[in-house]
Amino acid sequence: MSVSAHPFRKYMRSHVTRTTTCPGCGNGIITQAILRAIEELGLEMDDFIFVSGIGCAAWIPTPLFDADTLHTTHGRPVAFATGVKLALPEKNVMVASGDGDLAAIGGNHLIHAARRNIDLTVVLVNNGIYGMTGGQTAPTTPRGVSTITSPYGSLEHVFDICAMIAAAGAPYVARWTTYHPRQMMRSIKKAIQKKGFAFVEVISQCPVQFGRASKLGKAVDMLKYYKKGSIRINKARDLDKEALKDKIVVGEFVDTEKPELASEWIRLKKEVGGYIS
Amino acid sequence: MSNGKRVLTGTYFQMGNWACAEGVIAAGCEFVAGYPITPASEIINRLAQRLPQVGGTFLQTEDEISAICSAIGASWAGCKALVATSGPGISLMQENIGFAVATETPLVIVDVQRLGPSTGVPSVGLAGDMVQVARGSHGDYQIIALCPESPQEMFDLTIRAFHLAERYRVPVFLMADGFAGHMREQIVIPDEDRIEITGRKIPEPGKTTMERQDFLDVDVAPMPVFGRGFRAHVTSSCHDEHGMRNLSDPEVMHRYITKPIDKILNHRDEIIQVDADYSGADVALVSYGTVSRSGRAAAHLAQAQGLKVGIFRLITCWPFPDKEVREMSEHVDYMLVLENNRGQLYPYIKAEAAHACRVEFLGPQTLGQIHDPEFILARIKEMIK
Repeated sequence: MSVSAHPFRKYMRSHVTRTTTCPGCGNGIITQAILRAIEELGLEMDDFIFVSGIGCAAWIPTPLFDADTLHTTHGRPVAFATGVKLALPEKNVMVASGDGDLAAIGGNHLIHAARRNIDLTVVLVNNGIYGMTGGQTAPTTPRGVSTITSPYGSLEHVFDICAMIAAAGAPYVARWTTYHPRQMMRSIKKAIQKKGFAFVEVISQCPVQFGRASKLGKAVDMLKYYKKGSIRINKARDLDKEALKDKIVVGEFVDTEKPELASEWIRLKKEVGGYIS
Repeated sequence: MSNGKRVLTGTYFQMGNWACAEGVIAAGCEFVAGYPITPASEIINRLAQRLPQVGGTFLQTEDEISAICSAIGASWAGCKALVATSGPGISLMQENIGFAVATETPLVIVDVQRLGPSTGVPSVGLAGDMVQVARGSHGDYQIIALCPESPQEMFDLTIRAFHLAERYRVPVFLMADGFAGHMREQIVIPDEDRIEITGRKIPEPGKTTMERQDFLDVDVAPMPVFGRGFRAHVTSSCHDEHGMRNLSDPEVMHRYITKPIDKILNHRDEIIQVDADYSGADVALVSYGTVSRSGRAAAHLAQAQGLKVGIFRLITCWPFPDKEVREMSEHVDYMLVLENNRGQLYPYIKAEAAHACRVEFLGPQTLGQIHDPEFILARIKEMIK
């Protein structure tokens, strides 16, 4: 019996033969959505620089992707990516990292990159918990959920990251769950094509930590929960807060155009210095 | 006036921070990130104006963490890169200084030091970061640090800092202080062809990540910068010669720590510069940075009174010039270490010299102020009495 390679094996470093994700993790679905988006756009891995931080989701591009990959310190991938993009404006720079990395310790960089409108694609994998370190409360952990650092239930309010990034001025903001791989893939495609800060939040299952903490169960149970619990933004608009309680609002929140920083720098250099990029 | 011109050859009466900014442009730096901070702000103020004129980019970041991270990103994307800050900014950058060390990233970090700890006094110079730049990030590592004593050296040593950063793929610090940064003095910017610029070595194309050795070479591996098809794997986590993460092999862990250290120490003779003028002297005044100016003035005063007093100035303070200090200790009877702090490099100097001569420390009469040469002279007389 012949074993055929995965159609996206061509995008992976040939000597990397395993991933670090736990069984049932959502990382695989997101990895496939990213690679499918790249393939459908007719792009090559050499058109990209991938930047990630610390945590489970940060290991989506590295060491797997056969491309330039920058695995950074905790919370800072967006700041690193900003420098990469300004230095290589013709390349696509994609950040893939988790909610703790991008929205907790790295929240300020995320806000300001959205405000600057630097042309990055940011895929934020939101599993609602710190998975790699053993299941601690995150700013994305729903109120009341017991974790190892909130054994009596989390007292804090959950972070709506998309609302924050939209408020900061990002021209593309979307949210999907791992139950919506095709929609997610289409949003990632749009995000790559968007000239500006493009943000895709993916609610993703961590059966090992969050599934246990929230009692949502195993991976399939969590995907079923995402199916039942998610509601499209166009439907959610007509509902009040109470009706949306415990719902995951998915869809495109922002899709607009505005001047982008790396392009503005090219223009400025021409104007001020006669410099041709 | 300076539109598009990279090297502003000429003679100027300007402040040290201005000279530093012109050194940055003359060295071919293309990316600068910074956050406003006294007494370093004039550097980014000028670079914000100058960089776009010569095709460079300036990014004012939301904090110093973002400044160093974006500069490291730009360095990996192929640019010579710089951040300019003061002590509080260095404190915020520390984690990612370690990142730059571990990923062997060329980067120049200007620290215009100010009086601390903490927010301290922004506009008063004090050499308070001398140890934190070498030891402040966690783990074991080596960096390079240079100490300018004048506005002219703010230009000259900025150029040298870029040379060393590119040559050794390491963060290089320019350890100025509020005095060197804000002092106005004559600055001579030479002709462009007299400024030696070091380019970056990059690998030959054609080999894969696993066929190349991009890291952990004590003779410095070419840097597989992004965007050219090298498919570099860059992580500050423990990695092998290919840059691939390895958290299980103790031999790899050993090499991950020791190779970047040896990369600097094995080349210490090419890196270290000192200004030594103690031949025939009984007493050597040991100093660095702006304090050296008082040291030199005090030596002249002493010599005029028939005292045999010489000077020793550390132009490179990291890696520490241990051999040079040891050698001096064999030739003099006394060393008086002058620093504008409570003795940050003093223990390192003492460790190399105290077996052979008497080593004492002298801070300024009031911390944060320039040593009065008469005050130094009085201490010399007391010491040799």
